[in-house]
Amino acid sequence: MAVKKFSTKYEAAWSDADQLLLCLDTGTWRTKRPVVDKEKCTYCGLCAIYCPPQCMITRPDFFEPNLNFCKGCGICAKECLRGAITMRPEGDFTS
Amino acid sequence: MKEIRFHGRGGQGAVLAARMLAIACVAEGKCVASFPMYGFERRGAPVVAFTRFDDKPIMEKTQIYNPDCLVVIDPGLLKLPTLFTGLNPNGTLILNSAKAFEKQPNENLKLAGVVNATQIAVEEVGRDVPNTCLLGAFAAVTAWVTLKSVQASLSEYFSGDILKKNLRCVERGYNEVKVTKWQ
Amino acid sequence: MKAKQGELKVMTGNSAAAYGAMLCRPDVVASYPITPQTEVVEQLSRFHADGTLEAEMIEVEGENSAMNAVAAATLAGGRAFTATSSWGLVYMYDAVLQAAGFRAPVVMANVNRETPGILAVSSGQQDMIQTRDTGWIQVIVENSQEILDTIIMAFRLAEDYDIQLPVMVNYDGFYISYLAEGVRIPAREDVDRFLSVLKTQPQRTIMDPTRPIGAGSHGLMTEFMELRYRHCAALDRAKKKFDDIDKDYGDFFGRSYGGQIEEYRTEDADFVILTSGSAVGTSRTVVDAKRTEGVKVGLIKLRMFRPFPQEKLIKAIKGKKAVGVIDRSVNFGWNCGPIYSELRALTPEIGNIPILSFIDGLASIDITKPHIERVIDDVANAAKGKPYQAVTWIPLEERE
Repeated sequence: MAVKKFSTKYEAAWSDADQLLLCLDTGTWRTKRPVVDKEKCTYCGLCAIYCPPQCMITRPDFFEPNLNFCKGCGICAKECLRGAITMRPEGDFTS
Repeated sequence: MKEIRFHGRGGQGAVLAARMLAIACVAEGKCVASFPMYGFERRGAPVVAFTRFDDKPIMEKTQIYNPDCLVVIDPGLLKLPTLFTGLNPNGTLILNSAKAFEKQPNENLKLAGVVNATQIAVEEVGRDVPNTCLLGAFAAVTAWVTLKSVQASLSEYFSGDILKKNLRCVERGYNEVKVTKWQ
Repeated sequence: MKAKQGELKVMTGNSAAAYGAMLCRPDVVASYPITPQTEVVEQLSRFHADGTLEAEMIEVEGENSAMNAVAAATLAGGRAFTATSSWGLVYMYDAVLQAAGFRAPVVMANVNRETPGILAVSSGQQDMIQTRDTGWIQVIVENSQEILDTIIMAFRLAEDYDIQLPVMVNYDGFYISYLAEGVRIPAREDVDRFLSVLKTQPQRTIMDPTRPIGAGSHGLMTEFMELRYRHCAALDRAKKKFDDIDKDYGDFFGRSYGGQIEEYRTEDADFVILTSGSAVGTSRTVVDAKRTEGVKVGLIKLRMFRPFPQEKLIKAIKGKKAVGVIDRSVNFGWNCGPIYSELRALTPEIGNIPILSFIDGLASIDITKPHIERVIDDVANAAKGKPYQAVTWIPLEERE
């Protein structure tokens, strides 16, 4: 067999589940981005619980989305009891 | 043969635009081949669609790696690092955007048509469906297909009121596209 | 007597399959949606709703029921059509075997997609390969027009009194299923005329209440072997029959495809490449380009996969210095491409020439012009007597 280097880690179609199942960077799918107002955030954790791909990162006293994986579904913004999360168009951001 | 690559997101009508262009080309007696490539078939996921046209039957069944023209339906996709990869010298770009180009985005890009297709679509159709407007802009900028043929192709997919609204989008795209040329 | 030219319409491969089936006036259609075939079912439903298709549309809950329904319908004397892909084909596997064993002349469009084992919603021919021993006739086509034409020919072949076997018409998922091209739609009455020859043949054995007969009886010992023998013989007869039907189709409709295989620029070729499906189209352009550079390469398009066109291939390849086979699937157990390994079985007749296996195009990976150029270069070197690699997984080597 002429293949010398493999990019797959396992022998079969397995993926690391300790990465909270984030194995495909779907951040490019986003058309709107959640923006967290750190002052309003009360660290309740509802956004992290509701986030479908579980991509909310736990910071010292607020949560923020992992932009490599966040698809911009807006569920976190809808569920936030304090209205601390707003969805803004991706076009507004340069990065 | 001309190769056109459409870039959009699922739900913006990139595949449909590529298909309608194919229909317009066939109406003018050309041979066509058009197909999409999805990663994941869902709203928001990046979609690429390919359309080739020629005077003789098209044999190649590959994706398009050296487009003569790019049609970009979502302005956010301009950030895609591979967007201009393989663009033929004297390449053309049709872009849905509110902003004109300040500088040449790629050395192979010599002709760009920019139109705020989102705004036109929202005004005419009431929804952000920029694809038909961009087809009108395409016809105006490249002149590879006539406005009439593009408009005729819409009736394959639309009828009644929604057809009229999209026909207006096509016409406005044709008339309102801003063209920039580079050496 | 020639058919009318027919209306030109831009349509996808899936749509062409639906048109082809509709034009043949099936009595029963039972089909379950699966990517990348779903549009076939949708278009057939549209035809049915419009009244264009006057068939019994059985809304089944899965592909296994679909094959049972259509096979049974043909045994009752009807014409039946279904379509599926990969996982659906696997789900109907026992019924697929039954259909062939019962000699039920079903026509099925199979849109090639990778099968279970590694989840992929993508193009690949493993599904056709994994059903090559079902006893079905299998053909594989290159573009949307050929899908429509071949489905019409498939009914003509399946229901032929000398054949009576189910026919699977394969085409690449994504690359052909969603490929929109200008397609000529034959006129209905012309298709009727083309298929009408079947009515002049003796009536095949069917379930008829006035003449009670049992279908699917037990096979014992030498009777079992006899029935297998008859089946194998019928498959063998299908080769020439397919060629004849293709010729008739060409004479009448003006389009023919070569029957079991098509040879492209092989006559004066030093060596050839062999492939199937969408890769054939791209290969034509690469062969043309190489020819302008003075490389004497030819292309063989494999159209009929089961039965395997031994005689035609021997004739086409004998005298050539090397062959390269591009497979869009794998042969588990032989660690090479499957069509390649079947071609190798003809070595005694072809002669001991280098035969090279290229595996490409799995999981919707594009078989690009540079890939095919590489294939031609490697086979060219082998033809000159240089050392060569027997099996090459092109995309895996390309990135190194």
